[in-house]
Amino acid sequence: MSGHEHSHGAPPAAATPDEGSSSARLLFTLAFFGALAGGILAYTYQKTLAPIRKFAGEKVEVAVREVLGAPASLDTLFLVGDKLSRTLPAGVDLLEAEKVFIGLNAAGERIGVAVEEAAPGFAADVRLMVGFNPATGALTGFKVLSQTETPGLGDKIEKDTTFAPRFKGKIANPLKGTKSVTTDPGTVQTITGATISSKAVIKVINKAVETWKPRLEAFAKEGGK
Amino acid sequence: MTTELETAPAAAEPIVIGAPPPQPLHMDFWRGIADDNPVMIQMLGLCPTMAISNQVSNGLGMGVATIFVLVCSSLLISLLRKVIPGEVRLATYILIIATFVTVADLVMQAYFPVLSKTLGPFVPLIVVNCIILGRAEAFAGKVGPLRAVADGFGQGFGFMLALLIMCAFREVVGSGMFLGHPLFGPNYEPQIFMIMPPGGFLTMGLMFLAMGWWGERKKAQLARAVS
Repeated sequence: MSGHEHSHGAPPAAATPDEGSSSARLLFTLAFFGALAGGILAYTYQKTLAPIRKFAGEKVEVAVREVLGAPASLDTLFLVGDKLSRTLPAGVDLLEAEKVFIGLNAAGERIGVAVEEAAPGFAADVRLMVGFNPATGALTGFKVLSQTETPGLGDKIEKDTTFAPRFKGKIANPLKGTKSVTTDPGTVQTITGATISSKAVIKVINKAVETWKPRLEAFAKEGGK
Repeated sequence: MTTELETAPAAAEPIVIGAPPPQPLHMDFWRGIADDNPVMIQMLGLCPTMAISNQVSNGLGMGVATIFVLVCSSLLISLLRKVIPGEVRLATYILIIATFVTVADLVMQAYFPVLSKTLGPFVPLIVVNCIILGRAEAFAGKVGPLRAVADGFGQGFGFMLALLIMCAFREVVGSGMFLGHPLFGPNYEPQIFMIMPPGGFLTMGLMFLAMGWWGERKKAQLARAVS
């Protein structure tokens, strides 16, 4: 400190002529590190893209197989505009395309369809894979794909293993929730302490059946199998 | 005599203002774990500590990711400390840190997808973790690469230690489990609030209380030894 105050020579004289080249150097430093960061990230992104996509695909397939009760084979229809098509529309990513999975048994008969649908829960969207029989509207099952409900309460929709089986065979026309035990095919018992989250699940299931059933019927009417 | 005095400092490492005093490497490491623990003493990085400390697996994942980012960025910043101009050092530090955080995030998504999903946004948020920028500014930018790496490991393990203490306590009391394995059998009623935010505040308070009590005790012992 005292050095700066007493010697008029070195420090200020060194600083002034430096300023011009300094801003160029600042610019160069930031540009260089930006480019370096870009390079490292591009490399890592390329290396990790395949495993990340593979996992996302596997996760969906596991969910589909679970909600349809172990189908022998799967068929996929893609949503183009508001119609279903066998071919993936050009320029759409396979993982991001809206689609319906059709589960077939060993004899090639349709045992149900599975679709992904979401609706707001207590916190954020509850995203489910919903399996149902489009002919009867009966549910074959559901699986939670993502949820951020309250740990220990709302997240029972995913963690409570007795919850999902309650939906099997219920008719979503539309499905209703109740707090007591029920045998009515149009009503399902919600979880105590997770009423809002349970209702969100019911809402997602009704939405899935309501939006996808007409689409599947229209596709069948137009001659699609 | 005069020439000797003038040339002596020039021969050594140029003096950096605010540089930490020279210390052996193992001290740089241990400081971060005990005497200068980032969470328990410096009280930095409390946000992720609070948010993800309800499961031991979360603590391990977050700890390892933070150690990776801390060590890599400390090393790079220390190596480049004479190249980076002071005016843009913070911008450059953040750029370096953000790069390593994104690398860690992508690798976790690719190879530990379940863990990555439970940690959610808290892995990308390591970018704004004060511990890392704090070490870059206070330490790594002013010392050689070996010391910077030792310090990075020490602070990183110190952070993970604090995380694991909180995680273990909250998971055991809050879910009756440790690393996902049930501990107490079916009759234990999990204290759910412990895995929710209030339990986080409570556990953190208890941890700081224990640290404070321990510090006071050490001070008293020292005073007694002196008198």
